[in-house]
Amino acid sequence: MLTSKCMKGVNIGYPLKIKAVDLKESEVDFNPDFISRIIPKLDWTVLISAANSIGKNENLPENLLPEYEKNTEFLKRVHHVLLEIDVVNGELICPESGRKFPINNGIPNMILNEDEV
Amino acid sequence: MDFIETPNKTQPYWLVKFKSDDDVRLLTNRSVSLRSSMELWAYSDTIEDLHRDMKEFPYELLSPYMQENQSFKIEVETFCYELLSPYMQENQSFKIEVETFCKHFTQKEKVDKLEAFSYLPVKGKVKLKNPDIVFQYIEYYGTDPKSPPQHPYMVFFGRWIGNGLRQLIQNLSLKTRKFIGNTSMDPQLSLLMANQAQVRSGDIILDPFVGSGSLLVAAAQFGGYVLGTDIDYLMLHARTRPSRITQKERDKDESVKANMAQYNLDHKYLDVLVNDFAIQFWKEDLRFDAIITDPPYGIREATEKIGTSKENCTISEEHLPTHIPKLLVCWFPIFRDDYNEDGLPTNTCLKLVANSEQILNKHTSRRLLTYEKIGEPRGDNAEHRNNIMDFRSKYYDTREETRKERRMRKALERHTKSDRKS
Repeated sequence: MLTSKCMKGVNIGYPLKIKAVDLKESEVDFNPDFISRIIPKLDWTVLISAANSIGKNENLPENLLPEYEKNTEFLKRVHHVLLEIDVVNGELICPESGRKFPINNGIPNMILNEDEV
Repeated sequence: MDFIETPNKTQPYWLVKFKSDDDVRLLTNRSVSLRSSMELWAYSDTIEDLHRDMKEFPYELLSPYMQENQSFKIEVETFCYELLSPYMQENQSFKIEVETFCKHFTQKEKVDKLEAFSYLPVKGKVKLKNPDIVFQYIEYYGTDPKSPPQHPYMVFFGRWIGNGLRQLIQNLSLKTRKFIGNTSMDPQLSLLMANQAQVRSGDIILDPFVGSGSLLVAAAQFGGYVLGTDIDYLMLHARTRPSRITQKERDKDESVKANMAQYNLDHKYLDVLVNDFAIQFWKEDLRFDAIITDPPYGIREATEKIGTSKENCTISEEHLPTHIPKLLVCWFPIFRDDYNEDGLPTNTCLKLVANSEQILNKHTSRRLLTYEKIGEPRGDNAEHRNNIMDFRSKYYDTREETRKERRMRKALERHTKSDRKS
């Protein structure tokens, strides 16, 4: 959902790479309606590569399944990847400039210096 | 819904017409200010007339509620100043106030009032806990708790349908919340804002000035999945000075996420990030269902912006060129003398659909604005900054004036005193 396009000299800035130092997995309530609604808002290929990069693919397919709304088991796995895995400490990395945005306590810091804008 | 009687601000009850019980429940279940709703069977300005009306009531109409297999209870209520004004109650002390200042009746008196209904042809058994049907009897003694009249102004009898969300205001109280800041929004206003934003289950909601996340808590309560950003790194990491006077330092685990977890809403938490609102990190095709926010006015919390430009830092949400949500709900501070609606911020993609005022003091108030998206942004969107004089500079200008004046007055007083002595 994030890009670093706002930076000086960065054209696309998407997708940001994720480097996870600490991962936390938790269990939260599953809402199939929400997951079905959010999937079309996501770039599926990007989600898969992001999940791969932190080693939490959960056997998600390369291509989005047809009629995924009806596939509860599939929605549950998407739910886990989206809502139950938290990068506690790590970095988001701009794919063009290599600028690193640190993640501390699960909160990414996207603040730029004056000369980067 | 139609009003049978024109709503009146000083009256704590409204007489309205609904198509069905379900419609009433739909409204009651989402209402933050409403206490309860009942199907009105009789009302009158004297107790005697009410009973006469009820005795003559065509009972075949009521028979579905008076069957043998149904248990019931009658609630007696004396109604006092339970006004809907959202800014007067909210904390527990008010509740106690109502009970103390209301026309008070002993348990015995209440039982007598209840027994006056013994003529009702009810067949079921009385059950105080979880009855099938609740009858409600309300005596309304006006709005002045200090001198209630001997006889009620109005009495009502009917079938209770549902309670509003008033209890939620206490459940979400800032007093017991894990993580709060200096400008945390109180739960009643937060819930009202979430209602203005028509938050529905599964919506994606953003607060770009999230602070301690009060507005997100309310939005999540109605099923919204929430995202927040704030420029204040120390605030999001709960490393600012504690806002509670009794608290020496903040707990290690204070966070927006901890607040969500406190109310079992952690599954609605998407993320928060440290971000300058004026610099957009959101991907262009991302669409939020609503933005609910209370931007800093630059008075109780400072406004900050990274960059060298010296322009005013209070940027309103309309400046988000590519991310206009379906609904935008935000506060806008004004000087009451300067206010006129044409001066509010506008954008060709947004239509102002609601505008309410909360008076802060004699001179200032803030307005809760609700904008609805009416079109996709194009390149040539005309955005207008407000024409109302900049709130922050005027606030400090006028305050500076009074400070100076006070200093002068004090000096003058000292001077005259010493003159008298000598």
